[in-house]
Amino acid sequence: MTVITHERFHSSEAVEFDESPAVTAGAGAAAITLSGLEKSFGANRVLRGINLHIPAGQFVAVIGKSGCGKSTLLRILMGLDEPTSGELRFEGADGAEIQPNARIVFQEPRLLPWLSVADNVVVGLGEGIEKKRARAEAKAVLDEVQLAEKAGEWPAHLSGGQRQRVALARALISKPGILALDEPLGALDALTRISMQQLLNRVWRELGCTTVLVTHDVSEAVHLADRVIVLEEGRIALDLAIPYPHPRRHGNPALAELEGRLLSAILGSDGGH
Amino acid sequence: MSTFDTPFARAGAEAGKTRADGARSGGARAGFRLPLPGRDRLLPYLVPVAIVALWQLGCSVGWISSRIMPSPADVASAFWTTTISGQLPEDVLVSAGRAFAGLLVGGSIGFLLGIANGVSKLSEQLTDTVLQMLRTIPHLAMIPLVILWFGIGEESKLFLTSLGVLFPVYLNTYHGVRNVDRDLIEMGKVYGMSGWTLFRKVIFPGALPSIFVGLRYALGIMWLTLIVSESIAASSGIGHMANNAREFMMTDVVVLALVIYAVLGKLADVVARALERQTLKWNPAYVK
Repeated sequence: MTVITHERFHSSEAVEFDESPAVTAGAGAAAITLSGLEKSFGANRVLRGINLHIPAGQFVAVIGKSGCGKSTLLRILMGLDEPTSGELRFEGADGAEIQPNARIVFQEPRLLPWLSVADNVVVGLGEGIEKKRARAEAKAVLDEVQLAEKAGEWPAHLSGGQRQRVALARALISKPGILALDEPLGALDALTRISMQQLLNRVWRELGCTTVLVTHDVSEAVHLADRVIVLEEGRIALDLAIPYPHPRRHGNPALAELEGRLLSAILGSDGGH
Repeated sequence: MSTFDTPFARAGAEAGKTRADGARSGGARAGFRLPLPGRDRLLPYLVPVAIVALWQLGCSVGWISSRIMPSPADVASAFWTTTISGQLPEDVLVSAGRAFAGLLVGGSIGFLLGIANGVSKLSEQLTDTVLQMLRTIPHLAMIPLVILWFGIGEESKLFLTSLGVLFPVYLNTYHGVRNVDRDLIEMGKVYGMSGWTLFRKVIFPGALPSIFVGLRYALGIMWLTLIVSESIAASSGIGHMANNAREFMMTDVVVLALVIYAVLGKLADVVARALERQTLKWNPAYVK
């Protein structure tokens, strides 16, 4: 495991930079600790001993080639899969173990086509919430993702980017302590992706939730995350801090340099580059 | 998939047909334009009206013998006399009552079995094989046995229509439940749904389009079964009216009975379609 902390980089954006994380952890944000996590599907060892601590409120991007185990890692975090061995622990602000409020945005929006946009967002609140209050909260969070005027529409009438914003609103409405993003922008066109990245960055800074982004887009990882983890054949090959303040501009040379290093770390491992 | 062949082959063929029809009328639209405002509404009735007009013409001129085929005017007058005497309304009510009782009983059983087998592996293992075996028996072949069991009373009609309606509803409900998008179910579970909530919010609405295919197919079988069972063994109902008229060579009443069946069948389908459009508003495929 390599941990690289960068010396201060002087650019117009580095003015407000300081050593502490740029975002303070939100109220419900949980720290995540994985120790010796392993996962096998039959003879196929997908995760081979992952040791990782993610402090509350941190934005971590997990990248790697397809089949490196990054999606499996996220599914285990969300309780969608059980680890074969090892431990997964969530801690609250006081260090005690908690059951965090974790929400996920998948690569596909997975909206219920028979519910209106607003009712789809209400799904994120779970059961037992009074209807009127739920509607009001849905409206507020739709406003947040700039889709308030689409509240009454069917999902079928939205564009791909709008649907993904509804999916994000559904994840955010319960103010999660952990937000898992499973390549949520992978299916979007380049321009929509950039505006979605800005949106993700903004909601994360406002909410302060611990965020784990699985992506194959190195530039996206570098622009959004405090820390980038490269997975390779089920192990952590690189753990890199990205100590630049948010929001980050596209075209920042320091980020471009980091991006290049990460890319060669991913591609260079099999001698291909 | 092969287990679903019958209803799906039909539904598929039907869908293909309507698509082809749509393409054809689209072509006509490009060619000429009627100045009528309700043209799209009236157009489907053009061919039936033309057929009736030709039919009447044939009878009036004498091409068609009234013994073989009564003229539409004769059928209309038969309609009038039987309505005034009160026989027709009574028979229609009796038949419709039987039809919908059968639909309710058979449809409910089919629906519940379809849901249970779609959701529960155990239930499927227990009952699916039996249902698939029973399904292959033409239910009308059971008429002799049913008459022995129930006589010609209401039970025999109820039994036969229920049996006929059960399988298309079962198969399509089961198929619908099994084909609900797994990703949506996973999403529901991640967002804390389980049991009844998951069923109500995800599984049932997802299966609904397929359930409607089953319902509309069942409506066809419902009338078919009723007509056959009423003609063979009944003392009331439209089938009985037609059979009775045959003995007195009253071809006008026989044809009237056919017309009534056609109207009732169409009405049932219109209601089913309206229900479908209302509940599947979210689906672009059902929006006109």
